Amino acid sequence: MFGLDKKDTGLLLIVAALVAFAPILLNPFPENSALAQFNAGYPDLMQRFVIFGIFAIGFNILFGLTGYLSFGHAAFLGVGSYAGVWMLKLLTINVIPAIIMSTLVAGLFSILIGYISLRRSGIYFSILTLAFAQMSFALAASVLTPITGGETGLQTGLNDPRIFPEFLGGGATSGGNIPAPELFGLEMRASYELSVGGWLWTFNAGYYVCAIIMLVAFYVAIRIFRSPFGMMLRAVKSNQRRLNYTGLNTKPYMLACFVISGMYAGLAGGLMVSMDPLAGAERMQWTASGEVVLMTILGGVGTLIGPVLGAGMIKYFENIFSKINDNLLHQWFAFMPDGLEDFMVAVIHPFIGKGWHLTLGLLFMLVVIFLPGGLVEGGQRIGGLFKRKKKNTTTDTQSTAAN
Amino acid sequence: MDQFILQVLNGLDKGSAYALIALGLTLIFGTLGVVNFAHGALFMLGAFCAVTLSRILTLSHTVIDESKKDFLGNPLKVEVPYIQDWFGQAAGQTIIDWAVPLSILFAIPIMILIGVVMERGLIKHFYKRPHADQILVTFGLAIVIQEIVKYYFGANQIPTPAPEAFIGSFDFGALIGREPGAIIYPYWRIVYFLFSALLIAAVFAFLQFTTFGMVVRAGMADRETVGLLGINIDRRFTIMFGIAAAVAGLAGVMYTPINSPNYHMGMDFLVISFVVVVVGGMGSLGGAVLAGFVLGILESFASLQAVIEALPGINQVVIYLVAIIILLTRPRGLLGRKGVMED
Repeated sequence: MFGLDKKDTGLLLIVAALVAFAPILLNPFPENSALAQFNAGYPDLMQRFVIFGIFAIGFNILFGLTGYLSFGHAAFLGVGSYAGVWMLKLLTINVIPAIIMSTLVAGLFSILIGYISLRRSGIYFSILTLAFAQMSFALAASVLTPITGGETGLQTGLNDPRIFPEFLGGGATSGGNIPAPELFGLEMRASYELSVGGWLWTFNAGYYVCAIIMLVAFYVAIRIFRSPFGMMLRAVKSNQRRLNYTGLNTKPYMLACFVISGMYAGLAGGLMVSMDPLAGAERMQWTASGEVVLMTILGGVGTLIGPVLGAGMIKYFENIFSKINDNLLHQWFAFMPDGLEDFMVAVIHPFIGKGWHLTLGLLFMLVVIFLPGGLVEGGQRIGGLFKRKKKNTTTDTQSTAAN
Repeated sequence: MDQFILQVLNGLDKGSAYALIALGLTLIFGTLGVVNFAHGALFMLGAFCAVTLSRILTLSHTVIDESKKDFLGNPLKVEVPYIQDWFGQAAGQTIIDWAVPLSILFAIPIMILIGVVMERGLIKHFYKRPHADQILVTFGLAIVIQEIVKYYFGANQIPTPAPEAFIGSFDFGALIGREPGAIIYPYWRIVYFLFSALLIAAVFAFLQFTTFGMVVRAGMADRETVGLLGINIDRRFTIMFGIAAAVAGLAGVMYTPINSPNYHMGMDFLVISFVVVVVGGMGSLGGAVLAGFVLGILESFASLQAVIEALPGINQVVIYLVAIIILLTRPRGLLGRKGVMED
């Protein structure tokens, strides 16, 4: 289907199903139950899952295929965000121009940075991208304030001079409120809530817009991974010098890959402002670039599904883990004797709430040390364990039969 | 002209911090071939050694002082540091006042220990892995160290003043025949610069004039041959890692009065220090020091009012701009050796 082989079609369909039913799947616990705070099925978080999924898929196209570790990818996300907000401010409140423009602007920006950075490889490439991203961040936060809103950030306002206030169904400032981004009259923050039994499921318009775009992005990534172009990029990763000796110029391939990756980041930025029309400079800081690296590594570099898993996992940790506090821990361990209960709470305390970064750091280190392939490799290993057991038992039976 | 001299001086102290961190980074890279993203965290740990020592020194107990009364006539409770009990009032006060310089003695063994544990426990297993993996695992370690420090010391900056003798500024202008008051420079920054110069000289002397240093240099040039000669080069490299950690730590200890430490100060310095190492040339100790000072001074020149007016925003980006230009025009950096990570 769609020019994919059976396995990839299966993968795409599974991802599509997961994404489509995410509002239900992510809310496994009834409302008002003790475990309800582990529910991740609220619009804001689900939007972030898919948006950062797109960001990580794009980063993985660069790092996973070619092995070039960019430490400045957040710059493209930031540039995309600014471009998106300006479209919402100047053109129309409809999100389509914003999303398209943010992708294009990030693409142009990545041509510029990629052209220079790709002249070096290895750690120098990492440092160059880092330097460019830090430069963009510093400029966006200071000198470029008229364009970027400086440290307060850029957002849509009441009196934005839109060229087409009514174009494509975009409503004007009705009721004196700042208009919300929308798609042909469908507001991004509009939700349909469905209550079944104790469960409350929220189906959010913005989430589904992001999800559909994410599926398209995922499909494109699969096609890139399976194409001759993708093979060429893998060849760059395994031995670029040999490739050059055979008379191939790898530069255009690398630049194309870098630009595609940058456009994915820009797309993610555009979607981010389409959901919440606010863009700040801190989105470009190098910690943000580090985050996408974490996501990709955690999920599994060079795998198709890995980055999406990693993005989901980190965002889940960030939102859910950081909400757990001591009172809750005391509730959970209430069945223990008092001394033991306090001890358990004291042991776990540094890892939760504000300390979730510590958990993240430890988890990340463990993954890099023991599971260089990330969660996907972990899954494969567990799968392999069962398979091997099965094989062993079959050989056992065979050997007993032979005896 | 006054402005010029002042900016050079201002650049020196920041430049010394860059140079010290970059020196440690280069030592680690040159000996072990590891790109250590956790080096900024070591700098930060050094700073928190100073914070810890000053907290230990000011541990106190409450004494009811009969000579002082509050407004109701009750005797006042006074916090008396234990150290004053042991050494007497004046001597105890002096020791507390000199907490930051004293932390040097406190920090050296701790930082060497941390360095050695880090190398033996983690980095050792990453020699054969690609550079990207080394960067990632040390990046993770840096996050973990940061978060632990944040857990114990909080997220706020912790003021750690210099000894009273060094508070105030030195009238540099009067010394070189300019009008007094034109070029003033805080005493502690002079101390910091002299201290770093001394530390850098000590590291170089150690490598140049001791047998241990000679072996290490030989190992940097050709690790395998030195190993084949029956020398346990791994152990020496481990010790070098400890020394590099101590250098970063001492840079942090002495930096605390200039900039109150907080848990992410290491990361802020790390990014720039990497740029410094690359500009100086990967694996070149001299290059790291030179680039550290050059970039520190350039940064302070870029924050001159006239320069900012001519090129807005230049003070924020000058270091990165220089790095980009150097990387593209001189692939080896300023003093880089041939054959060390050139691609």
